[in-house]
Amino acid sequence: MLKWTRFNIVSVVFGFAFLYLPILLLVIYSFNEGKLVTVWAGFSTKWYVQLFQNQALMDAAWVTLRVGLLSATIATVLGTLAALALNRYTRFRGRVLFSGMVYAPLVMPEVITGLSLLLLFVAIGFDRGFWTVTIAHITLTMCFVSVVVQSRLVTFDRSLEEAAMDLGATPTKAFLAVTLPIIAPAVVAGWMLAFTLSIDDLVLASFASGPGATTLPMKIYSQVRLGVTPEINAACTILIAIVAVGVIIAAVVTKNQEAQRVKDEQMALRN
Amino acid sequence: MSSATESSSIVSALMKRIVIIVPYVWLTIFFLIPFLIVFKISFSSPETAIPPYSPTFSIGDGLAGWLERIKAFSFDNYLWIAEDPLYRNAYLQSVWISFTATCMTLLVGYPLAYGMARAPQTLRPILLMLVILPFWTSFLIRVYAWIGILKPEGLLNQVLLSMGVIDQPLIIMGTNSAIYIGIVYSYLPFMVLPIYATLEKMDGSLIEAAQDLGCTAISAFWKITLPLSIPGIIAGFMLVFIPAVGEFVIPDLLGGSRTLMIGKTLWNEFFANRDWPVSSAVAVVLLIILVVPIVWFQNYQAKQTEAGR
Repeated sequence: MLKWTRFNIVSVVFGFAFLYLPILLLVIYSFNEGKLVTVWAGFSTKWYVQLFQNQALMDAAWVTLRVGLLSATIATVLGTLAALALNRYTRFRGRVLFSGMVYAPLVMPEVITGLSLLLLFVAIGFDRGFWTVTIAHITLTMCFVSVVVQSRLVTFDRSLEEAAMDLGATPTKAFLAVTLPIIAPAVVAGWMLAFTLSIDDLVLASFASGPGATTLPMKIYSQVRLGVTPEINAACTILIAIVAVGVIIAAVVTKNQEAQRVKDEQMALRN
Repeated sequence: MSSATESSSIVSALMKRIVIIVPYVWLTIFFLIPFLIVFKISFSSPETAIPPYSPTFSIGDGLAGWLERIKAFSFDNYLWIAEDPLYRNAYLQSVWISFTATCMTLLVGYPLAYGMARAPQTLRPILLMLVILPFWTSFLIRVYAWIGILKPEGLLNQVLLSMGVIDQPLIIMGTNSAIYIGIVYSYLPFMVLPIYATLEKMDGSLIEAAQDLGCTAISAFWKITLPLSIPGIIAGFMLVFIPAVGEFVIPDLLGGSRTLMIGKTLWNEFFANRDWPVSSAVAVVLLIILVVPIVWFQNYQAKQTEAGR
């Protein structure tokens, strides 16, 4: 066992301080009484009250939430299918192109993806708004879902599925009863990743959106350009809180599932 | 029995079709075809019309009509980009700033990943989650958080002034330094995770053996740990460098008006100048610059995955 040296501890502490301090300061200053973001003038929750009275911001939040839920759900279906296609079928026509299309959006600059989608919507005369933003988010996030699900499929033992089929299950049933429950944690993780990417996205939404479909990041961005305000700090704090709670729940669920799985395996071995 | 097997093989063939075709068609329509459109429009001329470019394509033109339109294609937009120093500078600056910032991310990320990989087994999952957690919070928010810290009357200057380290506020906002900080901060998890993954898998007994044979801890690091973690370094470097080149939010919010990165140039060309053909050409050139690292990285990753199986 290698030692955890003092140098290691210091670099971990500094690394995490760097990662968390800015977010922490942002959260602290959202409870600042004063209008100036950088001068502490006492504790207050008035910016939160003001935030919920800001109709434009609330509308944007509602659009963002609907786009996020819808796009994450469709992206999870498409991404899981793409993962299965790449994992199961090593040989089909156009596989190289397909895997290229699955991986490219992960590293493609968003300005390019956004611009190209906008030009497509214009070329086919599709009115921009809620649906175009949703389509843009599905296209980007399904690739992330696919990567997450693939990482689970790599470790999946195909013989379990074959055993189910030998015992008389149809391929569909074998998939639903055996494969899906095993890859479920990755599918759920993929959905959550897709959802957070969607509610976070500024660039794609700015290109793909039209009148009446302003998302929260677009709204925040246009206000940030005018300066830092405690109200935006409050909005950011709420978003951070939602994400943190979601991630922690997900971590606990996965841990319980993992424990259950280990227990099941031990039971199976004993029998 | 044979009919049952037959029908099940038909079902599985059908399933194969669906599993492949549905995502394939989606990505073709919403990822591949849009690129072809960008490519095509980059050869058009700007018009004050809707859509603001000509010639436009329509499927009804038939082959002869298409050929006619292809003749009207011009390389003017590319010549424009090549001749105007603004674009050349924007490309060069983007690549240079991203490269520098990626090296800085590596310098910050490696010790962190190394420290995490050496941490006690029980602590590692928590540390891992702490690295991933900021990645789940909004990119925009994380960049925004730095504005309050870096601006002249911001928190960093207040702290440094009150401690007497400086007597003039540091001007960081609006400079390249702010962009470096923004990139390092936003992309740090992308660097840490792959490096951590390779370091964690490493066999600790190799180091112990080297030390038993008289190697100092530092030279054991240079001779064993670092070479073995190269796949992680490469993956991290690519995951940070490639998206950083086309970055828009960070240079726009933290950088100054003099810093032109190509993502911002494209954005301005499109939204402010409404010159769709030129912004398409800017996008095509950016893609050409990035296609080499992207393809190389994909092959590299594919090889690593194969080897890992």
